[in-house]
Amino acid sequence: MSEIRIVNLRKQFGEFAAVEDSSFTVADGEFLALLGPSGCGKTTTLRMIAGLELPTSGKIFLDGEDVTFNRASARDIAFVFQLFALYPHMNVRRNIGFPLLSQGVPRAEIRARVEETARLLRIDHILDRSVSGLAGGDRQRVALGRAIIRRPKCFLMDEPLGTLDAEFREVMVHELRELHNRIHATTVYVTHDQHEAMAMADKIAVMNHGVIEQFGTPQEIYNRPASMYVADFIGSPPMNFMRFTSGLHRGMRSVVLNGVDVAVPEVAEDVSPGELALGVRPEHIRFSDGSRLRGGVYGSEYLGTNQIVAVETASGIVKARVSADRSFRLGETVGLEFNPAKLAVFDCRSGRAIASSLYAEARNG
Amino acid sequence: MSSVNAAHSVVEPTPTSKRIAGAIVILYALVTMIPLAWIFLTSIKSPPDSISYPPKIVFSPTLEGYCNLFTTRTRQTPDYIQSLPPPTGTCDEITRSRNMVIAGPSNYWPRFGNSLVIAFGSTFLAVLLGTFAAYGFSRFRVPLADDLLFFILSTRMMPPIAVAIPIYLMYRQFGLSDTALGMILLYTAVNVSLAVWLLKGFIDEIPREYEEAAMIDGYTRLQAFWKVVLPQATTGIAATAIFCLIFAWNEYAFAVLLTSGSAQTAPSFIPTIIGEGGQDWPAVAAGTTIFLMPILVFTIILRKQLLRGITFGAVRK
Repeated sequence: MSEIRIVNLRKQFGEFAAVEDSSFTVADGEFLALLGPSGCGKTTTLRMIAGLELPTSGKIFLDGEDVTFNRASARDIAFVFQLFALYPHMNVRRNIGFPLLSQGVPRAEIRARVEETARLLRIDHILDRSVSGLAGGDRQRVALGRAIIRRPKCFLMDEPLGTLDAEFREVMVHELRELHNRIHATTVYVTHDQHEAMAMADKIAVMNHGVIEQFGTPQEIYNRPASMYVADFIGSPPMNFMRFTSGLHRGMRSVVLNGVDVAVPEVAEDVSPGELALGVRPEHIRFSDGSRLRGGVYGSEYLGTNQIVAVETASGIVKARVSADRSFRLGETVGLEFNPAKLAVFDCRSGRAIASSLYAEARNG
Repeated sequence: MSSVNAAHSVVEPTPTSKRIAGAIVILYALVTMIPLAWIFLTSIKSPPDSISYPPKIVFSPTLEGYCNLFTTRTRQTPDYIQSLPPPTGTCDEITRSRNMVIAGPSNYWPRFGNSLVIAFGSTFLAVLLGTFAAYGFSRFRVPLADDLLFFILSTRMMPPIAVAIPIYLMYRQFGLSDTALGMILLYTAVNVSLAVWLLKGFIDEIPREYEEAAMIDGYTRLQAFWKVVLPQATTGIAATAIFCLIFAWNEYAFAVLLTSGSAQTAPSFIPTIIGEGGQDWPAVAAGTTIFLMPILVFTIILRKQLLRGITFGAVRK
């Protein structure tokens, strides 16, 4: 197993820059999710690591070795395609054994390793079936089998659960993570589904318009989003943004939102006056009759364990995740209180998060 | 018939429409079969029967047409024929009854052999070149790809015979006239444009992921092409091959123009039977019947692939 490092990777298709100056390192045995909407460059990044696309500039290292211009077949990586790409003219056994055939592994050994792999994935009973009749989950497992049989340096997966139905996807998320825990293979997993990324990954890279917006653990991404884009993309419902116009300077511990002082983590940089946004996760909002920040209930969504209540305030609609015990009338006036330690402030002009003690925690540990 | 409570699927054809469709297919098959049946029946008629009017439906079959096709004969006096030893075979007997003796084999089988070599040779070359070209156009960013494809297609925009004179002069210059190689090259050139276009469609339909998976699994692009793309393109290749083969097998105009001797093909040989001692229609029909066989056999062998291939990917598993 091994480490993947990409440095200033860039891919241009004509005028269009699919990936711009991306750099990250996936440590040995780590599971990285490349997360972003379609067209954000995540698949292109993955294909460059695989050797299916050549980068316009930048470098790719596998285990410290520069493989930027190596052929895909010479990189010793495995790739699981979104549509699995199982060879339709071969049965399950031959599909799984196909990578070994290219290495000239003796037939008896191929047979043994195919069976061992099939047992690991619990597909040993379908080895002699044709792949065209298989159900989605079994196809998925065969594709995984073909990937792991070679014990490659790393696994690359391109939305491998994208075509499965929701219920089964959940099962496969657990299976994939379990598989990863067992074989500890360095993995890069492309997905547009934040739940998959959060549930499986050790690290997440959030991409948008070819740029990596943030690279970090799921906790960092969720709790300390580096940009409004990340804050909005992760979480459901996403982070609330309450816009206000102000300047900030180092050491400030509160901002003024429509005439109401709101305590925030200590600001660590000076910001010239302009449009800013206070970022609040729905679960960091409490209803408190004493609060001066007030709004009318606009709607609610009952989720069983809790509910999402939308409140119309002077700074726009704010969604709060609160206990399901209390029911709200439409139009009812409520007071909002935020958990001050968890608030983020963004500069709407650049979309970047403003440095504060919230983010300092990240740097310290 | 009560259609009110007869629940039937809206996509499945009803029994009535199936019967109508069946009747149309049978009628069409009959219409197309009549010329074939006519040719076959003529081939086993005697020359007088073959030209009788109204045409004879009931007649006594004879192998005379086939005998005449395979042999050259000379007319002899009855006395001379009487002096010969007893006939050694059916053809000998039939020929003598017409006051003739067999002088030797005809050129039919060598010409038929030429046709086989030229048609299969050119089909193989056209499909081989077509497959590689189509793969290239389908998978790589070829500069001016659209213009090149149009250029390739444009060779089919006029009847090939329009360029007969330049080709005739060129072939004479290069010594390709009346050679199998010349005919193979000519038919390949005509067919390759068809092959490129047909095969590009088929290869476009094979997802790139298959080759990419194979390349990641440790194969080179060429190996991936052989092991993964080609097996999946067999349907398209079979359909393309049969189109090319039918063209090359049946081609007449160039064959007459460019071959006359050692490289003559069956289509240009068969008409020469007329004139060697009268209009021997049974022999012509016999030659045609045998000539139809290879395509028939080839089509039957490949009919499964053809059914899926000729619908151009519309029927996929």
